[in-house]
Amino acid sequence: MSIKRFFYRSRWDDERARELEAHLAIETDDNIARGMAPEDARLAAQRKLGNRTLVREQIYQMNTISLLDSAWRDFRYGLRLLRLNPSFAIVAILSLALGVGANTAIFQLLDAVRLRTLPVNDPQQLVEVRIGDATGGRTGSFTSRRPMLTNPLWEQIRDHQQAFSSAFAYSNVGFNLTTGGEARYAQGVWASGEFFSTLGVPALIGRTLTSDDDRRGCAAPPAVIGYGFWRREYAGSPSAIGRSIMLDGHSYDIVGVMPASFFGLEVGRTFDVIVPLCAEPLSRGARSNLDKPDSWFLAAFGRLKPDWTIERATAHLAAISPPMFQTTLPTRYVEEEAKRYLNFKLQAFAAGTGVSQLRRNYESPLWLLLATTGLVLLIACANLANLMLARATAREREVAVRLAIGASRGRIVRQMLAESLLIAAIGAASGAVLAQWLSRFLVGFLNTDNNQIFVALALDWRIFAFTSALAVATCLIFGLMPAMRATGTAPGLAMKSGSRGSTDTRERFGLRRALVVVQVALSLVLVVGALLFVRSLRNLMTLDAGFAQDGIVIANLDLRRTGTPSEQLPPVFEDITTRLASLPGVLSAAQAFIVPVSGSGWNNSIVINGTKPKSAVVNFNSVSAGYFKTMGTPILRGRDFDDRIDTAASAKVAIVTESFVKKYFEGQNPIGQAFQIEEPPGVPRPLYQIVGVAKDTKYTDLREPFGPIGFFPSSQADPKDVAPFLQVVLRSNAPLTTITSQVSAAVTNVNRSIVLQFQTMQSQVRDSLLRERLMATLSGFFGALAGLIATIGLYGVMSYMVARRRNEIGIRMALGADRRDVVRMVMREAGVLLGAGLIVGGVMAVLAARTASTLLFGLHPGDPATLAMSAIALAAVAMLASYLPALRAARLEPTEALRDE
Amino acid sequence: MPKRGMPPIHGDMLQGTLDVLILKTLALGPAHGHAIAYAIERQSDDVLTVEHGSLYPALHRLEDREWIASFWGTSENNRKARYYRLTPAGRKQLTEQTSRWDELVRAVNRILKPA
Repeated sequence: MSIKRFFYRSRWDDERARELEAHLAIETDDNIARGMAPEDARLAAQRKLGNRTLVREQIYQMNTISLLDSAWRDFRYGLRLLRLNPSFAIVAILSLALGVGANTAIFQLLDAVRLRTLPVNDPQQLVEVRIGDATGGRTGSFTSRRPMLTNPLWEQIRDHQQAFSSAFAYSNVGFNLTTGGEARYAQGVWASGEFFSTLGVPALIGRTLTSDDDRRGCAAPPAVIGYGFWRREYAGSPSAIGRSIMLDGHSYDIVGVMPASFFGLEVGRTFDVIVPLCAEPLSRGARSNLDKPDSWFLAAFGRLKPDWTIERATAHLAAISPPMFQTTLPTRYVEEEAKRYLNFKLQAFAAGTGVSQLRRNYESPLWLLLATTGLVLLIACANLANLMLARATAREREVAVRLAIGASRGRIVRQMLAESLLIAAIGAASGAVLAQWLSRFLVGFLNTDNNQIFVALALDWRIFAFTSALAVATCLIFGLMPAMRATGTAPGLAMKSGSRGSTDTRERFGLRRALVVVQVALSLVLVVGALLFVRSLRNLMTLDAGFAQDGIVIANLDLRRTGTPSEQLPPVFEDITTRLASLPGVLSAAQAFIVPVSGSGWNNSIVINGTKPKSAVVNFNSVSAGYFKTMGTPILRGRDFDDRIDTAASAKVAIVTESFVKKYFEGQNPIGQAFQIEEPPGVPRPLYQIVGVAKDTKYTDLREPFGPIGFFPSSQADPKDVAPFLQVVLRSNAPLTTITSQVSAAVTNVNRSIVLQFQTMQSQVRDSLLRERLMATLSGFFGALAGLIATIGLYGVMSYMVARRRNEIGIRMALGADRRDVVRMVMREAGVLLGAGLIVGGVMAVLAARTASTLLFGLHPGDPATLAMSAIALAAVAMLASYLPALRAARLEPTEALRDE
Repeated sequence: MPKRGMPPIHGDMLQGTLDVLILKTLALGPAHGHAIAYAIERQSDDVLTVEHGSLYPALHRLEDREWIASFWGTSENNRKARYYRLTPAGRKQLTEQTSRWDELVRAVNRILKPA
């Protein structure tokens, strides 16, 4: 049978019909010639030929692929059914599209941040080299998003390792593109020479960087720019090659543009410009990290030699570790710390999927969200199954008749499944489209001014497979069961029971009730989850952080371009702060080395009366007088800093927090007491006298408990330690734009080459709660959706039950039951379903909440109040939804109800 | 008229027999379905009657295998009719099937009429 025949099978059929007609005509002619009457002749010919339709069918069968043919017919039949009942089709497709869309969107994000490998050559050969267990023994400065190694350590690895065919180190940095005024940052990468050759990624145009570009002391290094940056800044023009770009005030020649698919090694980020590591001193000047053995700012990667495994590489790295750590031991490290440092072992870790902060922060929330959306889809499926069951029951007699006259059960099931599959396919397709919007919305949600994330949301086979699997699974869940059920009853029974009988059997109705119980249970799980996240967020938003959030603006000033020597910086800082404090609309202003909840920190161990207390690590901050007033942190005892008293020449002072007092002075009055900061032998340890006690405040994170903090006056800071960066906190009641323009003007007045950046305390706090906000928003949305769908399900089942039991209710009312009895009967029925669902759901919710315990704040996963609130809310809505059918039942006219059947 | 004492064979002919009979009939020249049926009956001295209903599926099957080809023509009594003719492949098939039939007959005869 040729495929051509298949497509022309209906034309063939016409042809056969004509041929058979011709046959009849010839036979009739013959018969007439034999002497028959014309009408008899025709009839005789027909008798002789037999059943013409059967002959045509036989030939048609030969021409067709019957499975395909019947599938096509089922498909058209399904389409017709959907058109006949558009409201059902819309509800079904919409709920599936929402469910599939949400699932696909979350999966797309997971795929991008977790599953996909890096867009580089043979990513599975790529490993990261870092210290296996680096707890303790690593102090100093930590910059970049992946501060795993120091440059001296990296140079040791580069020179001594044998495991990799090539290796490189990199660090990320924000390059300032402007030379004065408000800063504009490019996301930069410092990459060692073998970066591109190890990754095996060629440039889109121009060339990449090579080892020749990365020579210590490079004065005019080249730069490679990213695709997005190229499009944005150079409008995608090839003439960008050869032009120069100013980064932190130094000129770089652009030599290449990378392809769009290459975003670097960090999933969730992208880069604008990559320059050789040797250019680091150009940006950092005398504070260059390249020769500092305690400046952790690099991450190193290698490509395994062909026959090397990760285990072998790890063994090799461990073997060569001791001399490398010995050579690079910072002189500052003594005793315990030095011992730990010398015991460090380097290890190789698989890095084919890249590294990612985004992954660390969002992987478990994303899995949790995927589970959530999966449950929503399941609830939606249960709803659809219920609707399909109702329709199947309505078609019971039709199915019975068809079974009775010889249709096979499989054939009818297939026909019913065709409709479900059609719904599932349309739903999944619309869901996939919807997902593209949803996933971009999610990425947009995670993007903040200070935290630009980039997720490559390309569609790949995994996403297609996921969505198709969802479509098939949903179709089977909501389509197969009703179809099996509809064809499962003996035809005789179905025809009998359909015409007469007052109630459905418990068994037949049981399935639909079970479905509603499942829906209620699952939606309770989601509502509880949603409420837990919402309450966590609320706890975080309303907790007393120890400082005010409203009206505080943070100004970051970069004075590197001014060329001010560091010993002259303190008076400049003071001058700027005073000028800003006197601006109209500014209530107060103060310098702050660290701003709370910004993520940065500075800590060290303290010594009291010559001994180091247990858990001696304390967070520090250096602030100017007026900081506490500006931040709204009350001084509980003693005094605030005072520029006239606390000078560089006077005795060193400090203000500590309540927790500090509680921890180290057992709550005794600490004013007049003193402490020291632990320093290596030979380094002087100044004594800091405590002059005040401030209220506890949060330091790096709102989620952490209050810890001990020590504040030092910036007026006593050692000029040697002062970096050309100034951070000023301002309290004001003027609009933000007014403040920023005034501050800009005032700062430019002092020096035109100061670079500025603004942030508000409020957005800082909001950004630090991003994950909580995401979870609260999404789980709240899905919880509400689940509750809504389950309520609709309950309403549907109760309405259906009332409709099926009209007769019974009529009889009851005729026998004397009043309307209240009827309402009570229906409500009791609904209450049983709801109660069963809530009990099952409650148990499931408590178990499920445990998986989310790390994402909660100030709440126990099994928080009884949350559980009770969710159950009550769900019950209230559900009972309201069943009250309508109950009311309808009560309004029945017994005579009508009895006459009807 | 059937010969005396020899009732016509009705019902299903031996599997595949109809096909070879059609091919043989068409070897004499193109013919339409009706003519083929009567030709077979006449040639077999009315021993074999062709079920008209099963003739057309058989024709279709043969055409599908490209052993015969069809065209529309006009019958002897001036009616439009679909004519069939043997293709070269069909002619080859006829020779092959004829020799296989001979083999079959010899084999059956060896059993029924042992020498």
